[in-house]
Amino acid sequence: MKYLTLLLMISLVCPAALWAQTPAPGDRQTEPIYLTNVVVHVGDGTVIEKGVVGFTDGKLSAVGSITTTPVPDGANARDLNGAHVYPSLIAPSTSLGLVEIGAVRATRDENEVGALNPNVRSLIAFNTDSRVIPTIRSNGILLAQITPTGGRIPGTSSLVHFDAWNWRDAAVLADDGIHLNWPRMTVPAGADEDEKKKMLKARAQQLQELRDLFVEARAYGQIVAPQKRNLRLEALSLLWPRKTATTKDLPQRRLFIDANDARSILAALNFAVEFDVKPIIVGGADSWLLTDQLKQAGAAVVYQPTHRLPRRRHEAVDQPYKTPAILHEAGIPFCLSGSGSWDVRNLPFLAGTAAAYGLDREQAVVAMTSGSAQILGIDDQVGTLHVGKSATLFVSEGDVLDMRSNNVLHAFVDGREVDLSNKQKELYLKFSKKYGLESPRP
Amino acid sequence: MKHLTVLLLILCLLPADLPAQETFHVNGVHDDRPDVHALINARIVTAPGTVIDKGVVLVNGDRISAVGANVAIPDGAVVHDLDGLYLYPGFVELDGDYGMPEVKEAKFSEEQGPQMESQTPGAYNWNQAIRAEVNAADMFTVDKAAAEEWRKRGVSAVVTHRHDGIARGVSILVSTADKDVHEVVLKDEVAAHYSFDKGSSTQDYPGSLMGAIALLRQTFLDAEWYADGGSRAEYNITLDELNKTSGLPQFFEVSNKLDVLRAAKIGAEFNKQFVVRCGNDSYQRIPEIKQSNVALVVPLDFPKPFKVTDPFDAYDISLARLQHWDLAPAGPAMLNQAGIRFALTTAEHKAAEDFWNQLRKAIQFGLSPEEALAALTVVPASLAGAQNDLGTIADGKIANILVTTGPLESKDAELVQHWVQGKQHNLGDVSLLRLRGSYNLNVASLGEFKLKLTGDASGLQADIDGEEARLDIAGRSISLSFRPQKKGTALLLSGTIDGDRAMSGRAQRVGGPWINWTATFKSAHKDSKHAAVKERQPISSVNYPLGAYGWDELPSSGSYLIRNATVWTCEADGILTNADVLVQNGKIAQVGQNLSAGGATVIDGTGKHVSPGVIDEHSHIAISRGVNEWTQASSAEVRIGDVVNSDDVNIYRQLAGGVTTSQLLHGSANPIGGQSALIKLRWGQAPEAMKFEGADGFIKFALGENVKQSNWGDLNTVRFPQTRMGVEQVYVDHFTRAVEYEKAWNDYNALGPAQQRAQIPPRRDLDLETLLEIVRNERFITCHSYVQSEISMLMDVADRFGFRINTFTHILEGYKVADIMKEHGAGASSFSDWWAYKYEVIDAIPHNGAILHRMDIVTAFNSDSPEMARRLNQEAAKAVKYGAISEEEALKFVTINPATLLHIDDRVGSIKVGKDADLVLWTDNPLSIYAKVEKTFVDGTLMYDRARDAELLAAAEKQRHELIEQMRVAQANGEDTEEAGEEEEEHFHCEDIHDFGREEVRHNHHSSGHHE
Repeated sequence: MKYLTLLLMISLVCPAALWAQTPAPGDRQTEPIYLTNVVVHVGDGTVIEKGVVGFTDGKLSAVGSITTTPVPDGANARDLNGAHVYPSLIAPSTSLGLVEIGAVRATRDENEVGALNPNVRSLIAFNTDSRVIPTIRSNGILLAQITPTGGRIPGTSSLVHFDAWNWRDAAVLADDGIHLNWPRMTVPAGADEDEKKKMLKARAQQLQELRDLFVEARAYGQIVAPQKRNLRLEALSLLWPRKTATTKDLPQRRLFIDANDARSILAALNFAVEFDVKPIIVGGADSWLLTDQLKQAGAAVVYQPTHRLPRRRHEAVDQPYKTPAILHEAGIPFCLSGSGSWDVRNLPFLAGTAAAYGLDREQAVVAMTSGSAQILGIDDQVGTLHVGKSATLFVSEGDVLDMRSNNVLHAFVDGREVDLSNKQKELYLKFSKKYGLESPRP
Repeated sequence: MKHLTVLLLILCLLPADLPAQETFHVNGVHDDRPDVHALINARIVTAPGTVIDKGVVLVNGDRISAVGANVAIPDGAVVHDLDGLYLYPGFVELDGDYGMPEVKEAKFSEEQGPQMESQTPGAYNWNQAIRAEVNAADMFTVDKAAAEEWRKRGVSAVVTHRHDGIARGVSILVSTADKDVHEVVLKDEVAAHYSFDKGSSTQDYPGSLMGAIALLRQTFLDAEWYADGGSRAEYNITLDELNKTSGLPQFFEVSNKLDVLRAAKIGAEFNKQFVVRCGNDSYQRIPEIKQSNVALVVPLDFPKPFKVTDPFDAYDISLARLQHWDLAPAGPAMLNQAGIRFALTTAEHKAAEDFWNQLRKAIQFGLSPEEALAALTVVPASLAGAQNDLGTIADGKIANILVTTGPLESKDAELVQHWVQGKQHNLGDVSLLRLRGSYNLNVASLGEFKLKLTGDASGLQADIDGEEARLDIAGRSISLSFRPQKKGTALLLSGTIDGDRAMSGRAQRVGGPWINWTATFKSAHKDSKHAAVKERQPISSVNYPLGAYGWDELPSSGSYLIRNATVWTCEADGILTNADVLVQNGKIAQVGQNLSAGGATVIDGTGKHVSPGVIDEHSHIAISRGVNEWTQASSAEVRIGDVVNSDDVNIYRQLAGGVTTSQLLHGSANPIGGQSALIKLRWGQAPEAMKFEGADGFIKFALGENVKQSNWGDLNTVRFPQTRMGVEQVYVDHFTRAVEYEKAWNDYNALGPAQQRAQIPPRRDLDLETLLEIVRNERFITCHSYVQSEISMLMDVADRFGFRINTFTHILEGYKVADIMKEHGAGASSFSDWWAYKYEVIDAIPHNGAILHRMDIVTAFNSDSPEMARRLNQEAAKAVKYGAISEEEALKFVTINPATLLHIDDRVGSIKVGKDADLVLWTDNPLSIYAKVEKTFVDGTLMYDRARDAELLAAAEKQRHELIEQMRVAQANGEDTEEAGEEEEEHFHCEDIHDFGREEVRHNHHSSGHHE
């Protein structure tokens, strides 16, 4: 019966004009919506067991216990019968919307030619009509950092939401950060002695070039009106506060340094500290070895390899699973990321694994919500269910960390109800119908 | 003047040693000398363990004519008094490339398209890497510089061959004497040589280790066919030569211990007893090597200690590598102790010094000097079939004799002369040795000084009153200079030395007058006692497999009673609560409540769950050097079973995720891939012992973008097929030929013996034989598949040939043709939720598994990933999320369903009395993301235990630290070190295209990070 209802709901949400179209963005919120009788995962580590989440004009207007939070007259109140409400999960460092089909070159826009591209911006290439994105948001991921890849400095990312007509609509924070792939600090064991020496030499040179570039970019930032504009240096100079009047409308960018190996992380930390930039380590496989150093440098970690193999043969078999708990224990700001594109939808299960291996379950939620929002610099708008913040949230049938109960029933972006259909659900329904099968839980 | 120059030039060009070749014209006066030498007064080690304290060796021409304590010295013999020196038989090297032209390894370049055929002109083998026609005699030249290096390592005779290709042709036995080429060749056609390395071949096939093995297998069959009448069908020099040399000793070069077993295995198949030139790690699989009965040629290239300065660098060094550094020097001793017959090779050492050091190290680590000598002399001589000519100092043998200043094992023993084929080569000046000692030096008007001469046969050093002096000795002349009392100008002396070591001569102080000097011998150098061998021992020991998480002793199955758990039977019984499972003799003995433990170890399962072991239908772990034989449209002849890698730590990691059985598949690079291997994760066992006994044979097929090379770059547009249309034709063509092949054999076998002789027999073709097994329903297909059209096509082809497609793997559009699959009887082994990484998965849906299951198709979820395989329980749970399959049924997606697909459901996949005790104890509902594996049993053996895992980790760390400390000591003692570097594991996905013959990798251009 429950399934039938769902089926009915789906067929209402996605009417006849189904196939292969990305669903239209939701309509502007016109009436207050109150989700009642829900388990509220605030996103800051707290839970309201029997709660209410209300939002008006796209902003959260009430979050609290069902006993103390009245539903105002005229509000669209929905009794969700114990379902769970979460702030939108946030996917840092993904190429969603830049890559449609990894193996089809024409659909890849994530990797620009050349090693140093700080001025390259992901936002303007972000494809809101990607067929992949609806499959991501139907798992509760409504916000993401769209990030270029490749080379030493792949470019500048932007934060977007997933319910937009075009990239201008989508931008939550344009040009939020510059991404740097730290040079490999190790040599492969398989290389012969000469090769190893060559690599060590090349590494020294790469580090010098990087340092030179940053020195020049910072100096460039001091020039009020450059005689010759240099787009690279200009983009990079935004890592520091610009004192000049001409650029006052350009917000400062964050630096995201991709580093997994301990030596790379250490070098990246030193580098950021040397250049007065807050270090945000992306990847962070070995971060569990360097908690004091990360703390001392005031660093944050966008931890990626939860579902990866240990780096070393003799490392603990479950080290990648345990690392988030270690970071949390050490008080290091961190969030979870799966990188990639289509598989970003499995982000809640990275958190689930981290929870299985020692991270408190609500902290696992934090690592996809407020933890991420803080690191990415959008915690003033999203990341928790606090009154005044954006009503960008979703409802799951149960615990979102576990596949068995992760079933997103409703989602809202700035109060607009998101159409949760997607191409895959449509194909599920289409072929179930062909065979005369029931098609529960699409 | 000009004439003089010409004359000089001519003199220079004349060989110092006039040619003794019988057939050659002599320009000038003949110079045949008696060439009789008596080596007297030396301590003679005539053979390992046999010593004449003071004896005579008589050398007549290039042979020894007498050896003994009392040998009459004939008139006319040149007498060499070698008092105080040691004589050993010259070494015999089995793995030389002496005098061979350099082999240029083929380089792969991105710009180069495929090369499907051999580029060797002439009536040779179809494959460029099969070079049985190569004869070392045709290309051997004397290389004086190289010969000298061999002699410095003590090598008098070398079995030399061109190290190029998988079949390398025959070797010759040559001496390292400084003689003419016609004299140094001692024997031609000594042995036939093989390897797994295609060397300079530019041909694509084989592109993997399993391909190299398959090629060898087919080549041996081709040669048999050629001998049985095939030569009437074609003229083939290579096969002819291969047959002609099959009676010779058969040598096989490999790089590691598992390759030793692989070579031995193929040898056993073809009745060839290989002598295997191995790597330095054979000690890691001694029982299996011993059992294989191969003789080895063992190198002494022990690893250097790693430079350890940075703790993170140190942390990158795996325990296995550290142990190997520690254990390798004891390897030869361990082989010897196990009774494995082996020769030592000196070929790895560029510097002679290095060889001697490592040889002594092996002796320090327990190889007796006699065994070491045997491994360098009599053993290789006999393996080369030259035991009558080489290996000992004995009457009639070739006069190959080492003259040393001490016993070989002593670190101060110096090789001073090397007689090869009766020709003396001096590596030092033995006359210097007796000059060592103290002298009173008297210089007129300047007084008396204390002169000390030290050093060895390669040179002496002088010390005068504690100050180093300059010294030059040539024969009986001596020059010496020093600064008396370290003041004023230098004193320069020149003089002669007489037979009593008395010196005299003239001297001049710079700026002073000419004066006389004398020196008298006072006492001899006091190092007549040679340093005793310092015994050493590794601090670690061999475990299985070597490194962290290995077993010190292989475990055996036990009796266990898991009590009061929730038991997911994956049978009709469903999920039992508060149930017990009794394990005995590797089997599930009882399932029920309140079972009696008997003697079984009781495990409290309260609050915990028991499931059958997880089965991964699609895995590429534990495979050595290549998962794809990507070079041909069909590679049905290759077998993953030939290349199982029991060292892969992912076996252990997956046990930690509850996996107990994995199907190791060939990749998806060609329509007809290779034969699969089904293994149980019996961590610690050697490859053969991991294989699932009695399991049906499977083979990997593949469809779509990979096989038509869509993502291989613009150059790969040559290999057929390039379209899905072509893929069908590959199948139809191959199966048609397989059926015709069967008929050809049936027709032939129906003939009488006489009729058979009148015919050219059909040739055995391992590719077609494998395909025929499929048609006969004796081998089963797992087919990589995505798009409905091709899925339907393959079933159509199978229907036409009367067989069934057993399993479609990945099968992401299976949901579109579920009804057709159902009718055909195919099963499905799918990814849970992968899609969008390539065009052909654009319609993939995570509900695929649910639809297929609801259509009553046997449905499994697989990993194709060494990481995800550790979480297949989570993947199964996605069938609950996408499509609401019940939890009980979802777990079957990774247990009984894959077991059914693999035809092993009578043995594994569910919890039922009598089945194998492959069980997992979980902390929680196995489909919950919060579930962790607590214990994994394979055949009733506790293979993984969470508590034990923590102990193993701690023990491994402790041992790593001890070994790193040991390395630091070695470093402090001045041992040469090397950069350790970051180790990278060999991980494969379906699509990885490596050319392991050329050590190159072709990357497929995917950006998503997923490879399938």
